[in-house]
Amino acid sequence: MLYRTAGQFKTSYAADHALFPVRQDAILLGVVLVFAFVVFPLTASEFAFRALLIPVLIYALAALGLNILTGYAGQLSLGTGAFMGVGAYACYKLITLFPEMNIVVAIALSGFFSASVGALFGLPSLRIKGFYLAIATLAAQFFLVWLFQKWAWLYNYSASGAIHVPNISMFGITVAGPRAAAITQYYFVLGIVCVVTFFAINITRGRVGRMWKAVRDMDIAAELVGINLMRAKLTAFFVSSYIVGISGALFVFLWRGAAEANLFDIPLSFRVLFIAIIGGLGSILGNYLGAILIVALPVIISGVPAMLGIRVASATVEHLNVMIIGALIITFLIVEPHGLARFWAVIREKLILWPFPH
Amino acid sequence: MDFLNAIFVQPFADMAAAPDFLLQVVWEGLVGGVLYALIALGFVLIYKSSRIFNFAQGIMVVFAALTLVGLHEKGVPALLALPLTLLVMLVLAVAIERAVLRPLVNQPDIILFMATIGITLFLIGFGEIIFGGENKVMITRELMIPTDSITMDLFGGFVSIEEKDLTSVIGSVLLVAALLLFLNRTKTGRAIRALGDDHQAALSVGISLSTIWVVVWFIAGVIALATGIAWGARAGVSFALEVIAYKALPVLMLGGLESVMGAIIGGLAIGILEKLFEVYWGQPLMGGNTEAWFAYVLALIVLLFRPQGLFGERIIERV
Repeated sequence: MLYRTAGQFKTSYAADHALFPVRQDAILLGVVLVFAFVVFPLTASEFAFRALLIPVLIYALAALGLNILTGYAGQLSLGTGAFMGVGAYACYKLITLFPEMNIVVAIALSGFFSASVGALFGLPSLRIKGFYLAIATLAAQFFLVWLFQKWAWLYNYSASGAIHVPNISMFGITVAGPRAAAITQYYFVLGIVCVVTFFAINITRGRVGRMWKAVRDMDIAAELVGINLMRAKLTAFFVSSYIVGISGALFVFLWRGAAEANLFDIPLSFRVLFIAIIGGLGSILGNYLGAILIVALPVIISGVPAMLGIRVASATVEHLNVMIIGALIITFLIVEPHGLARFWAVIREKLILWPFPH
Repeated sequence: MDFLNAIFVQPFADMAAAPDFLLQVVWEGLVGGVLYALIALGFVLIYKSSRIFNFAQGIMVVFAALTLVGLHEKGVPALLALPLTLLVMLVLAVAIERAVLRPLVNQPDIILFMATIGITLFLIGFGEIIFGGENKVMITRELMIPTDSITMDLFGGFVSIEEKDLTSVIGSVLLVAALLLFLNRTKTGRAIRALGDDHQAALSVGISLSTIWVVVWFIAGVIALATGIAWGARAGVSFALEVIAYKALPVLMLGGLESVMGAIIGGLAIGILEKLFEVYWGQPLMGGNTEAWFAYVLALIVLLFRPQGLFGERIIERV
C-alpha cells in the first residue's frame, strides 16, 4: 500500500533514466535527508555528534570508496587505511604550506594525491588477481604507514610524530580544529558526503560503472567485448582512492583532530572493509547501513551494562565488544552474505506487494 | 656517485669485511624464516583443502601459546599442559567447522575470508577476557627447551647461536617432515590432497568434507602451537604476536598459495633476505624498520613476473 509502484508510468526516456524512477524511493530519501539536515542537528547532543553522527558519515564515505573498487570493479583491497592516511597527510601539508587555502579546496586536492598513489599501487592488478592482489595491496598498507612514520617532512618535523589540526575557518566560521563546534563540523561533513554520494551514484550508473561491473563479473570476457582492462581497473583504483583519500582528510580534520601514523594501520582498513561487506558489496546504500551498524554497535554495547545496572570493568567491556563484533560479523555473513542492502531490497519487495500475497 | 656507492658497493664490502657478522645475520634471518614458513604452512594447508584464505592463523598462534602458558599458570604441569592445549585446539577446530564453515559452504571466497577475520576478532576478545592482555613469558625451561647459547669461533670472529633457536629450527624441520609424511603416505592425508584438487570429485568418492575440514584446522592448530612456542620463547607471549600473521602473507605470495614447498622455501628466503636488507641497506640508508614492508615489496616484484607465485599452480582461465 505504502510502496505501491502501480500507476507510475514512464512516458519518456529521461523519466525512465531518472535517479529515482520510483516515487516512493525519492520521498523516502527526502525524509532521510530531512532527518540528516534538520532533525538530528536540532536534537543531537555533543556526544552524539562526536561519537555517532560524524564517524558514521566519514566511515560510510570511506566504505563507499572501497565499495567502488571491491564491489563494483571486483578488485579486493586491504590497503584502505593507508590510502586514507595519504589523503589526511596530503591535506595537512596543503593546509600548513598554504594557510590561506580554503579547506574544501584542500580536501578536494588531497584526494588527488591518494588517487595517484592508489592508481600506482593498482598497477599490479593488471597481472595479479584475487587474494594475490589483496596481499599485494597490503604492500601499500605497510609501506605507506612506514613512510608516514619515517618521512618527518610529512608531519612538519614535530617531535611527537603526530599531526595536529590547526583552527581553520571558512567565511568567518571555524570549521576544523580544537575550537570548532560539533554541529558545524557535522554540516560540513554531511555536505561533502552528499556531494560525493551523488557523484558516486551517477558514475556507477553510467558507462564507466558498467565497464567496472563487466570487469568484476569476468575480466577476460570483458576484455573480449572490447573493454580496455587497464583503463577500467586503473580508473576504479583512481576514483576509489580519491573518495577514500577525501574520507581520510575528513577523518583527521573534522573528527579526530590529531593523528599518528599507526592510526592508519591495518585495523582501520579492516573496519572499512567490514562496513562495505556487511553493508553489501556493489551497493551505495549498504555503506551507510554498514557504517551505522559498525559505529553504533560498540557505543550501544558499552552502554548496556550501565543500563542494566551491572558494574563491569571498562577493559572487560572493550574485550567483550571485540568478541561480540566478531561473532556478529560471522552471524551476519551466515544470515545474509549479500549484506544489509539486500535486507532492505527484500523488505522493499515485500512492501510493494503488501498487503496482498502476490 | 656516493649514493650509488652506498647502495651497490658499500654493503657488499661490509659483508666481505666481517663474514662472521654476515653469518650471524643470516642465522637470525633463518630462524625468523623458519617461523614464517611454519605460519605460511598453516595457511597453505587450509587454503589447499578448502580454498579458504584463513586470516585467523595468526591469532591461532597467539591463542595456542596463551592457552599453554595460561594452563601452566593455573598449576598444570608443563608436560600435561601441552596435550591439554592440543585438546583445546581440537575443540576449536570442531567449533569453527560447526559454527562458521558449515553454514558458509559454497559462498564466495571473500565472504569466507571475512568470516575468518570475524573469527580473529572473536578469539582476540575471548583470549583477552580469559587470559588478560599482558605479556606473558613462554614456559621454555619447563618444556625442557635449552636456553643457553653456543658460541662458535669462525673467520677470526664468533657466531653466537641461541639453543632455543636451534631447537625451534630442528623442531620445525621434524614437524614439517612429519606433516609431509602424513600428507603423502596416509589415507587421511591423501583425502586432504584430493579435496584440494577438486571438491566435487572428492565428495563423490566418499570423502567427508566436514571431517577433513576438522582435521585440517586441527593440524593448522598444531602448527600454530609449535609456532607459538618457538616465537613466544623469543619475544614473549602477547597479542602483539598476531602481527606475525602479516609477515607470513608475503611468504604465501612468493611461494604460491597452494604449495607446501613454496611456503617453506618462500619463508626461508624472506626471513634471510629481509634481515640482510635491514642490516646492510635499511638501517644505514632508510632509517631502519624496513622489515615492516620489505617482504611485501619483494613478493610484489616477484608476482609481477609470476602471478601465481614461484611454486603456485598455473592459473588457467576459461571464458
